[in-house]
Amino acid sequence: MTVAQLIEPLELTLLTPQTSLEREVTGGCVCDLLSFVMARGDAGMAWITVQTHLNVIAVASLHEFSCVIVAEGSAVEPETLAKATEEDIPVLRSALSEYTLSGRLYALGVR
Amino acid sequence: MERIEKETTYQETRKVEKGDFAAAGQISASYKNMLKRLGVDSKVVRRLAIASYEAEINLAIHTFGGSMTITVYPDHIVLVVKDTGPGIADIGLAMQEGYSTASEQVRMLGFGAGMGLPNMKRCSDTFEITSELGIGTTIEMGFLLTP
Repeated sequence: MTVAQLIEPLELTLLTPQTSLEREVTGGCVCDLLSFVMARGDAGMAWITVQTHLNVIAVASLHEFSCVIVAEGSAVEPETLAKATEEDIPVLRSALSEYTLSGRLYALGVR
Repeated sequence: MERIEKETTYQETRKVEKGDFAAAGQISASYKNMLKRLGVDSKVVRRLAIASYEAEINLAIHTFGGSMTITVYPDHIVLVVKDTGPGIADIGLAMQEGYSTASEQVRMLGFGAGMGLPNMKRCSDTFEITSELGIGTTIEMGFLLTP
């Protein structure tokens, strides 16, 4: 399943139009503690979080995550989006909660 | 980069300023790109990038500033992280997962979960830490290039 294929079922809006959506989503991660994500993350994961500062992109990029999904319609700073575009990490936003988003992602077969 | 290809070793030192969260990750990203270009195994690159990111964040959060020096040898890489204080009172405690002295503000950013040092140790093949209160802390991590 690609990042593009998550947009409809997870009710996502793409905030970084210049990033690639063809990356394969090979797992998921729901966490707002960057330290935990650093320790437990793996390449290809879709990361659901309400954290939106610059370091989110640094962590996502180091782990080679497929995308960052911002939950609860949280505001994302322009600097974060600029960095995400530079690092080619798609950032998508949904009004849904982290709980609902992860449930839907799991139901789509992402384990 | 030409220098790296011609010689078998390479060394680079970069400074990390106190409190500079916005810049955190830049050094690890540059290591990652450099090592990828050198053809280093992707798993080693990943481990080193994670360890160096934790080090960058630690320097920004906990210290008065410091430096990171990477040395690439033909069969291993050494990363030395050095700061100018304040030093760690109890290294045993600092190495325990879940123990942190980070401020509330740092925790709001999602850091300060007490996982940085244990994560560095887990990601490296050798890990040594020495610290003196009022002087500073030095961490030396080794990464083998061949399994």
